[in-house]
Amino acid sequence: MKHTPKPDMVLKGIFMAKKTLKEIRINRAWCKGCRICVHFCPGQVLECDAQDKAVVQRPQDCTCCMECELRCPDLAIEVIVEHPKEAAHG
Amino acid sequence: MAVQDYIRKRFFPHLWCQGCGHGIVLNSLIRAIEELGIRKNDLVMVSGIGCSSRITGYVDVHTLHTLHGRALAFATGVKMSRPELRVIVPMGDGDALAIGGNHFIHSARRNIDMTALVMNNQIYGMTGGQFSPLSGPGVKATTAPFGNIDHGFDVVKLATAAGASFVARTTTYHVHQMISILKEAISHKGFSVVEIMSQCPTYFGRKNKLGGAVDMLDYFKSHTTAKGSDAHKKDPLMIERGIFVKEDRPEYCSDYDMLVKELQLKGDA
Repeated sequence: MKHTPKPDMVLKGIFMAKKTLKEIRINRAWCKGCRICVHFCPGQVLECDAQDKAVVQRPQDCTCCMECELRCPDLAIEVIVEHPKEAAHG
Repeated sequence: MAVQDYIRKRFFPHLWCQGCGHGIVLNSLIRAIEELGIRKNDLVMVSGIGCSSRITGYVDVHTLHTLHGRALAFATGVKMSRPELRVIVPMGDGDALAIGGNHFIHSARRNIDMTALVMNNQIYGMTGGQFSPLSGPGVKATTAPFGNIDHGFDVVKLATAAGASFVARTTTYHVHQMISILKEAISHKGFSVVEIMSQCPTYFGRKNKLGGAVDMLDYFKSHTTAKGSDAHKKDPLMIERGIFVKEDRPEYCSDYDMLVKELQLKGDA
């Protein structure tokens, strides 16, 4: 059965072109090294360094799912995504 | 507005411990408020005492940090005098249901339009890990070194029986569900109760040998299930998540307003 996206979902961009990662910003002063982001990242993008702060190790594997940003108890992660321009796909 | 615009950055990094679930609640709550597009000037957050209640210090809206267990009483005052404002009352499990147990059931009974969040980490964190009315039997705490024998409240059943017109439960693992439930609860006209199971790795986790924050989130993932799911039918010990009550009922401030208008009309006649 063909899946028809609801109009509001289209507006939210769920069915639009794939997002690409621009940058994962980690605020080292706010990070307390709880490893929640490291553990729950589906692409194993993040790791903790010697100072017990989250660092981006494999940005190429990031799917921009935002799970790390949403689960960070310290509000220390910001995933900045780039939405490809319409023209590039037209 | 961006998430960062809703917080008082000068107080960060916050005082909560490494991996504390309350930070995740703050994170989701800000996103829910941002997605609803509520103006900072139209929002009041009122809290009592405890780890959870420190949340009002971090949000850049109108905030009151009040007495232990009395947040709902102060919030009732705010709402009755300025009913056009949205009121959110974040509380801990002890603050909401032990010290503030009476305020909780009576606010639910009145169905006054506000959102009560019970950030349930099953322990009194700030005072050193004493058991709370949501700890449950068998739990170890500073005041129950051989295991707790008190039974815990079921927040969902308690709030439902007391008359809350919106009752839901989620966990700090299920952030997408938390954001969507918070949005619904804040938008609901009437008394909304949202229980958010939150992890306290420092006291609850350590006393009960549950590991760190990651292990405790994994526990929420594997020991909770969607309301009415097959998993719950197979294993009734699984804790249900979701919206349990959502009803339209007469709201306290509207009823009060109607009564005043009615009496004014009578007075004029």
